[in-house]
Amino acid sequence: MAVGVMRLEEVKNLLGAETLWPCDLSVEIESVGAADLMSDVLALGWPGMLLLTGLANMQAVRTAAVADIKAIVFVRGKRPAQAVIELAQQSGIPLLSTPMIMFDAAGLLYTEMRSRKSESAVGASRHERG
Amino acid sequence: MSADEFERVYEVAGKDFTNAGRVSTGIKDILKGMGIPPAIVRRVAIASYEAEMNVVMYSYGGTLTLKVSPADVTLTVADRGPGIQDIGLAMQEGYSTATQEMREMGFGAGMGLPNIKRNADDFVITSEVGAGTTLKIQVHLK
Repeated sequence: MAVGVMRLEEVKNLLGAETLWPCDLSVEIESVGAADLMSDVLALGWPGMLLLTGLANMQAVRTAAVADIKAIVFVRGKRPAQAVIELAQQSGIPLLSTPMIMFDAAGLLYTEMRSRKSESAVGASRHERG
Repeated sequence: MSADEFERVYEVAGKDFTNAGRVSTGIKDILKGMGIPPAIVRRVAIASYEAEMNVVMYSYGGTLTLKVSPADVTLTVADRGPGIQDIGLAMQEGYSTATQEMREMGFGAGMGLPNIKRNADDFVITSEVGAGTTLKIQVHLK
């Protein structure tokens, strides 16, 4: 696993999240975005990102499918309707739910990914020095 | 239509929030299946999804026509509805006439048309108040 990347299983443990369908937790996450406005995700999101959102409906899953979002974590313990979970399963998009509020979940992921990136930078500079 | 062109017309129902986006995810699968580069597929899918959401949210329904030629992908989205009074205003980020219900869907913040334009190589919008709005969205493949 590359440093600076988190596996979905580590995201789940860090956020005390549960999975909403039996998805593959070995998926690697390289970036995270937090938004409730799907037009912002479509405008500013990038392929392969993990989406943190409080929007637990069909549009969150369809936005993820359209914009190549790798996985969705719903905040504040939100659980979408069964039809939404089934759509995610059909689309191969892992769904998690964390009891944390958006700010805390985003802050924890930011800190963890930043620390891995700086370890990576130190490792790279040591390597360059030989 | 020549042998190397593909065309399909989809019906989009107004106010059907449950199925909103289904056409665009289907289009994405078709384009992926054609071997079109993922970055282009993503741009078409985003533009298509925003346009489909606009038809669902603001109109009584319409059609979305997908055409694929060796040179480009073209989406023509035509709705029957109230039309747009001031297209210049509607193109401004943040301007919206959305209702609370639309905002609860994660849309309706005045980002739709600008998002479509951003993802298109060519974009034309025409509208007649009291009749409807038509978008022509083109993404080049070459």
